[in-house]
Amino acid sequence: MDLQIALLLGQDGIVNGAIYALLALALVLVFAVTRVIFIPQGEFVAYGALTLASVQAGHTPGTLWLLLALGVAVTLIDAPASLRLGKARFFKLLGWQAIYPIVIAALVLGTAPRDWPMLLQILLALAIVVPLGPQLYRLAYQPIAEAPVLVLLIVSVAVHLALVGLGLLFFGAEGSRTPAFSEASFDIGGLTITGQSLWVICASALLIVALYIFFEKSLYGKALRATAVNRAGARLMGISTTLAGKLTFLLAAAIGTLSGILIAPITTVYYDTGFLIGLKGFVGAIVGGLASYPVAAAGAVLVGLLESFSSFWASAFKEVIVFTLIIPVLVWRSLTTHHVEEDE
Amino acid sequence: MSRQKSIIAIFVALLALAPLALPEFYITLLNYIGLYALVALGLVLLTGIGGLTSFGQAAFVGMGAYATAWLTTATSLPAWLLPMATPWGGLLAGLVLTALVAILLGALTLRLSGHYLPLGTIAWGISIYFLFGNLDFLGGHTGIGGIPPLSMGGLDLRDGRQFYFMIWIVLLAAIWLTRNLLDSRSGRAIRALKGGVVMAEAMGVNTGRTKIVIFVIAALFACVSGWLYAHLQRFVNPTPFGLHLGIEYLFMVVIGGAAHVWGALVGATLITVLKQWLQDLLPQLFGATGNFEVIAFGLLMIFVLHRARAGLWPWLARLVPDNRCRPASADFQSELLARRPVAAAGTPLLEVRDAVKKFGGLVANDQMSLSVSAGEILALIGPNGAGKSTLFNLITGVDPPTSGAVQFLGQRIEGRSSRAIARMGMSRTFQHVRLLPTMSVLENVALGAHMRGRQGVFAAMLHLERGEESRLLAEAARQCERVGLGEHIHDAAGSLPLGKQRIVEIARALAADPSLLLLDEPAAGLRFLEKQALAELLRQLRATGMGILLVEHDMEFVMDLADRVVVMEFGKKIAEGLPRDVQRDSAVIEAYLGGVD
Repeated sequence: MDLQIALLLGQDGIVNGAIYALLALALVLVFAVTRVIFIPQGEFVAYGALTLASVQAGHTPGTLWLLLALGVAVTLIDAPASLRLGKARFFKLLGWQAIYPIVIAALVLGTAPRDWPMLLQILLALAIVVPLGPQLYRLAYQPIAEAPVLVLLIVSVAVHLALVGLGLLFFGAEGSRTPAFSEASFDIGGLTITGQSLWVICASALLIVALYIFFEKSLYGKALRATAVNRAGARLMGISTTLAGKLTFLLAAAIGTLSGILIAPITTVYYDTGFLIGLKGFVGAIVGGLASYPVAAAGAVLVGLLESFSSFWASAFKEVIVFTLIIPVLVWRSLTTHHVEEDE
Repeated sequence: MSRQKSIIAIFVALLALAPLALPEFYITLLNYIGLYALVALGLVLLTGIGGLTSFGQAAFVGMGAYATAWLTTATSLPAWLLPMATPWGGLLAGLVLTALVAILLGALTLRLSGHYLPLGTIAWGISIYFLFGNLDFLGGHTGIGGIPPLSMGGLDLRDGRQFYFMIWIVLLAAIWLTRNLLDSRSGRAIRALKGGVVMAEAMGVNTGRTKIVIFVIAALFACVSGWLYAHLQRFVNPTPFGLHLGIEYLFMVVIGGAAHVWGALVGATLITVLKQWLQDLLPQLFGATGNFEVIAFGLLMIFVLHRARAGLWPWLARLVPDNRCRPASADFQSELLARRPVAAAGTPLLEVRDAVKKFGGLVANDQMSLSVSAGEILALIGPNGAGKSTLFNLITGVDPPTSGAVQFLGQRIEGRSSRAIARMGMSRTFQHVRLLPTMSVLENVALGAHMRGRQGVFAAMLHLERGEESRLLAEAARQCERVGLGEHIHDAAGSLPLGKQRIVEIARALAADPSLLLLDEPAAGLRFLEKQALAELLRQLRATGMGILLVEHDMEFVMDLADRVVVMEFGKKIAEGLPRDVQRDSAVIEAYLGGVD
């Protein structure tokens, strides 16, 4: 290996690592606020990439039908309760869960998004996939929000499985790749840096800064942090843990979908690609003990680098090496964590 | 014969006759159900009963399958491995390898809080799948073919019908072993894991070791299933050992009924049949090929966890009411367990000197000192938040003191584990009742006698420890009788009113044959007559030379009973002395009633 290759692998590793870092942040966030280990995070990556690809190819993305179906389900389940709380609540429910999906569907079916500029196509993909996050929270997690972590984890795995199956149904077994955001490439000291890598790194950095501002400065961000620290206490202060859950899932879904859209031009995405990508974010998140955001992000970048260098030295064992990394991490965590039993 | 036993007998008879009547297709299906149920059985022990979860069981199945596949087909084995190149050698190698990996994984992840084990097993499940697929000597993604058939006493098991008996005998044996294990001293320790580590350790259960033991047993069951699979198929490749199968095993257990041995069989049957049916139906319905059954499994799983978290088995079990006759508490006749020597009245048992406990800036206990002698009842009172429970935790080793000394029976015990302290003869009850609500009163109390038995997991699985077990149960029955719960011994502990549950906790503490008994608000929730009976019991215990440290809010109860009283406020001792002196103490009156200005 010479310097040239090392730099190339390093670039690859950092680009992938940036995506893993975003996912790791979302996973830590979801776990801290809702105690859900969000295995389906990866499916949002795949759905984001494949929805965009299918819009660009002029197909109707299957995720649109999912958005409509889940909207109908949420409306039916929540209608009685929202009617009791007043007309305004009911119309809000109807607006978000019935009218919004119909408007999006009309937009996709009635116009030709294939010919739209790429930015609008990306926004459309986000508009279709991101609302699935809060819808899933409402349907799968909210009814058992107070269940033990283990039960929530099993539900997560079940949701993951259902979404992977639906992904296969919607998008088929073939993978897709979307055109790059920019065809630019820069030549620095013999190293070629593509525009897309810069896009990924800059977008990740921007998102991380935006999240930081959201959590430090905004009232909703502070409410989420309060929920993460103490659910009962937050509820006593008038913070709805249900709202906190939906908001968290909205953020996680947005981060996942955007990650998918960012990597779609770099790698071919299949219906089940998301799972492995999400799990690599997980390894990063576990490095941070599912609690520390900066350590989780750093861990995720480390995973990215490890992956890219091991694909050079022992490409067949790439996945083995990445997932075995979790073992020394767990050893280190078990030596440094003083485990105190929570009184449940 | 009880109704349960006759149903099991009919079931086994039907299983034995099935190959005579059923066509090949159903035999194959039953073979797979048996193989899956064996893995699910391990998960019942691990998840439903022990409260731990693994998504990596398929990887252990793979280790069992690949170990035997490689040993029985490799052409250039080193000389020392040649005697192992048979299916039985393969089984042994698989079991040893699996046990080693399970011990290592368990040691790494089980000390961390609950969700690290499942996450660790997900990662492990993925890496071993890719490892199987990329190691050349294991045939890569194409796998290993030409595995020899299993042969038993000269008979080669070449077809599914012959193999059917092998699989189901192994499965029924595993079910028998598991049921034996659960109905034993070790089984109670396993079930105690769900009651929380603090409670189990206070009963003398080594929770760390118990967790690893059930993880290893679950892994070994999976390994045996893999070994059978390899010799049934005579061919292995990585696909059936991936993470998705690991997830499916867990689904079987959750849907069947995670807390019940038979739930494994129900779940394995349901998922296997459903999968077969959906794999035919869905591709036609959707007009495309693929594993669409996972959508249905996912939805079914979410539904079950929302609506029937205990799974299907409890519903089925309700169809057959339990009509076993159970012995009354007086019928437990057995020789007595060994007792510890009783200290003479007045011998110092517990001595706390200048104990300080700080939580960050908060000083919960400040220079606390107290002592309890044999044959004495010391009451510790004080307003809520005075630091009484903190002091309890500090004495019993749940949370060590920041500074100061705690001496029990002449030995310094600060910094020792609560299990070690319990073993020395200190028993306790908990302010918030920590019983195992679905277990019977008798079994809960028998858990208290855990430290007085010695027999381990192997003896329990084969039920070789019935002598000791009957002594433990007889002791538990005696303690139930002593505290007046004789008529409730077979009721589920959670079905009793809260006051009675506190009494069960006392019986459980007594079953450990303690020299010192620590009671945290034992009279809360009791009615007047029950309180009188409790006071009478504590007087009797005092007369036998036991020392008692009591935290209680009922002043009448305390003042009638206690020999001495220590009063705490804001972490400090504000008074100590005879009950009537303490009642007149101005600092105490101020603490309870507020100052008189």
